[in-house]
Amino acid sequence: MVGYQKIEGRIPEQEWLSCGHLACPGCGEKLAMRLALKALGKRTILVVPAGCSAVVDGMFPHSSSMVPFLHTAFETTASAAVGVRAGLDVRGVDNVTVLAWGGDGATFDIGLQALSAAAERNENILYVCYDNEAYMNTGIQRSSATPWGAWTGTTPYDHPKDRPKKDMMAIMAAHKIPYAASASVAFPEDYVNKLKKAKAIFGTRYVQVFSPCPSGWKTPSDISVKVARLAVESRIYPLYEIEYGKRYTITLDPGPIAVKEYLKLQGRFRHLTQAEIDQIQHNVDETWEELLEKVR
Amino acid sequence: MKKILTGNYTVSQAVKLSRVEVIAAYPITPQTSVVEKLSEWNASGELKARFIKVESEHSAMASCIGASAAGARVFTATSAQGLALMHELLHWTVGARLPIVLVNVNRAMAAPWTVWCDHNDSLAQRDTGWLQFYCESNQEVLDSVIQAYRISEEIQLPSMIMMDGFFLSHTSEPVDIPDQKDVDTYLPRREAPYTLDVDDPHTFYGGTVPQYYAEMRYKIQKTMEEARGVVNKAALEFKETFGRSYNPLEFYRIEDAGTLIVSSGTMAGTARCVVDELRDEGYSVGAARIRIFRPFPVEEIRQAFGGVHKVGVIDRNISFGQTGIIFQEIKSVLYTEKERPLLFGFIAGLGGRDVTMATIRRAFEYMNTHDEPEEPVLWLDIKR
Repeated sequence: MVGYQKIEGRIPEQEWLSCGHLACPGCGEKLAMRLALKALGKRTILVVPAGCSAVVDGMFPHSSSMVPFLHTAFETTASAAVGVRAGLDVRGVDNVTVLAWGGDGATFDIGLQALSAAAERNENILYVCYDNEAYMNTGIQRSSATPWGAWTGTTPYDHPKDRPKKDMMAIMAAHKIPYAASASVAFPEDYVNKLKKAKAIFGTRYVQVFSPCPSGWKTPSDISVKVARLAVESRIYPLYEIEYGKRYTITLDPGPIAVKEYLKLQGRFRHLTQAEIDQIQHNVDETWEELLEKVR
Repeated sequence: MKKILTGNYTVSQAVKLSRVEVIAAYPITPQTSVVEKLSEWNASGELKARFIKVESEHSAMASCIGASAAGARVFTATSAQGLALMHELLHWTVGARLPIVLVNVNRAMAAPWTVWCDHNDSLAQRDTGWLQFYCESNQEVLDSVIQAYRISEEIQLPSMIMMDGFFLSHTSEPVDIPDQKDVDTYLPRREAPYTLDVDDPHTFYGGTVPQYYAEMRYKIQKTMEEARGVVNKAALEFKETFGRSYNPLEFYRIEDAGTLIVSSGTMAGTARCVVDELRDEGYSVGAARIRIFRPFPVEEIRQAFGGVHKVGVIDRNISFGQTGIIFQEIKSVLYTEKERPLLFGFIAGLGGRDVTMATIRRAFEYMNTHDEPEEPVLWLDIKR
């Protein structure tokens, strides 16, 4: 699907995330969770490791979640979710979505082993990675999801990140799981449709949702959705699905625009030279071509 | 029904009898055959449980936590490096108040690599808040696992059952297997007070400010103190049904004993033989075995050790820079007593070295010929 076309589907009105949470203004993660809970509904159990999401839900005895919420250790998102699923199964509780909800640190890095193991066994969990491209909860340090050229607290301006973002979608696809999808908070209908589709599938399902972080990306808090939209339009964060590790579908491609339009709004990229921006454009074009090859 | 079983097979039997619903475990020597036997029974349908074949011990405990929070009765088993890898989540289990039962087949810690028995792996988990039981026989392992579920599910704290690697895990002994219906009566299905329930949603284990955290710790400590009574009640009721009973501190021929030899695990049987020999030779000697290490049997130690002249503790572990761990614990209990015995702290059996009758005799002979220890740590059978 190329260009802006009508996306079928509606966003459910029922809320499962209350006001009073502690997220920063413009937080992509909170928007991502709000939409996810709308898509999945009441019969959902959240399993959340250390990270922004664990903190901003609220401090004891407060919680902004209206579905059960199990906090767990940083590297255990998938393994704890697998346990919850097993516990529900043996107690005969069915028709519940076990929603593992980790940031890119918990998913790409410290929790990768547990996630890979769960995916290899095709455990019946829905794993959503809210991808804000760095360790934001500890105050902006690089993760393996941080893109090439970006500033973080551990990749300072004179030594920005010199390696590309880990291709987590490809890693998940390599496990031959029934469903993997990238999504964006700027395209809520597409995101909600993917979650609804994932909900109906048995096995390990992985959705990676692009979640802007104003404080980490050095952007004004009122342009998070705009930044997320430009990421898709510039094809630096394409929206696609992979079924059973081989069937690739691009679900939405409203672009293309120059990646510079996306980069220039963010303080984390402000040090980039024209040559470096050209390099990023080249990489984006190349990766897009590779994706098209897989779709064909 | 009596059967001849290895320790590991016995553990699997105990898990089946306890009607465990979720198992998450990762193989490690010398625990491996526990995982294999449970997998086999699970595959044949003999064991109706969900077995999660995790990729590490860390994930094993994480899955146990998830399943236990969902209300199921869960089990895992490990040894040494595996237990150390779980360490973070051992703390988590206690704070989360989940009644998980774990069997640790004691194995010494690397480096250097070793697979043989000592107790440093589980004693290093002392301050996590798990109840700790050190078993001497395969029968005791079976009985302790069943009792542990009863105790843990009443107090909402996890239990760790220890057995000596190879000395029990791979040694066959006669074990009386109780009837399933008797176990079912003694250990009914778990009813968790709080679970993950979509019709009654709660948030578990979220961020907690200083205003509340300390009270949660206080409650764990209070529960641990009350656990002594719960453990004894569980043992009494177990005896009524099954005829066997165990005490937190087990004694042997301590009447009028001037000298006591204290040990734990399989060393205790050897110590009893030495006591018999020494008694025959006219010495007034007795033996004690620390069966429950957490909660520590403080009152039992005060009462039994008060009138004794000399107490020698044989630790199959070492806290570097201090002494044997059980020795430290006993010493701290006795500090407030008016009548304090002379205490001797021995180290023996590290990394699976045999603790023979000769070893234990050497400990006694040292105490018999010394009015006080020459060193705070007395190494038995050591090449210097």
